[in-house]
Amino acid sequence: MKGMTLIVRTITDFVVGFIVVFGAYIVLYGHLTPGGGFAGGVIIACAFILLMLAHGKDVAFSKLGQHTAHVLDSAGALTFLLIGWIGLTAGYFFMNVFGRGEPFRLLSSGMILPANIAIAFKVGSSLFLVFAALATFRRKSFRAIIEDELT
Amino acid sequence: MENITPQLYTLLVFMVVGSVVAIETRNLLSAVISVSAVGFALSVAFLFLGAPDIAITQLVVEVLVLVILIRGTILIDNTAIESHRDTLAVVTSLIFFGLVLGFGAMIFGGAGFPEFGEPLMRVSKVYVQTGLPATHAANIVTAIILDFRAYDTLGEATVLFTSILGALALMRREGKTTRREVATA
Repeated sequence: MKGMTLIVRTITDFVVGFIVVFGAYIVLYGHLTPGGGFAGGVIIACAFILLMLAHGKDVAFSKLGQHTAHVLDSAGALTFLLIGWIGLTAGYFFMNVFGRGEPFRLLSSGMILPANIAIAFKVGSSLFLVFAALATFRRKSFRAIIEDELT
Repeated sequence: MENITPQLYTLLVFMVVGSVVAIETRNLLSAVISVSAVGFALSVAFLFLGAPDIAITQLVVEVLVLVILIRGTILIDNTAIESHRDTLAVVTSLIFFGLVLGFGAMIFGGAGFPEFGEPLMRVSKVYVQTGLPATHAANIVTAIILDFRAYDTLGEATVLFTSILGALALMRREGKTTRREVATA
């Protein structure tokens, strides 16, 4: 993919930072306002996909490499599992053992905030990987595949 | 809670029409856009029903899926493949349509549904009452999906992880080789 025109690229440069900040807000305030790890992670993935559509895949991969995305994907899933295991050491799986704090504060509700962050990393990087797979892997037309099979 | 049934029925009719258009249209790109219109209408319906968490997730995933599907369909040759009508599909649709009508007649003619928005909430009543004191999370939806039902969320994350793994394995055309293998070959 080569990227788009100068207008699209300029607007993308303005907007992409705000999209990431908004996604981070949705993730971090997931236990206070509507939103959460899944929605915020998808928003952050959308920012990188916008970058890839506007500037081409090389610029997007320089910001978030494919290997890094793989590592973040697995690390997010493992962190979420680890949070469950921490609960298991104290009682049952996913027991809320961290300090719960005051309601309506950012640092409250114990394990929900770290779990949200882990899910955001997991969802965001994996959805970015799906789009990266579509953009990276060389696509053959269906007819070319059939002709290869026949010859 | 004011009566929102007319808005919901309007959205429902719009979604049904969008689904039929998505199935019946010849052009693949039009089908993708019709499916997305159905998804956005569903997101608005969730907003009317007072579920902003689900509405946000639906909207965001819909945008992403629209981009991915358009990226997937815009390059390929999208002419309609089949022109004749599949008899089995028509018969199956008619049977299901009849089943829906039959169950609807049974429910609305007989005992009927519980009042709209007031179902028998046994388990969820406990969640709603003890959500804030037990978890100290102001958003009750997050408190449920990440504390009371966190095990379900773990399963959902596993499903996503596995499906991404399968998609990447399928889309990779050339196999992986190490540097040493390339050097010796």
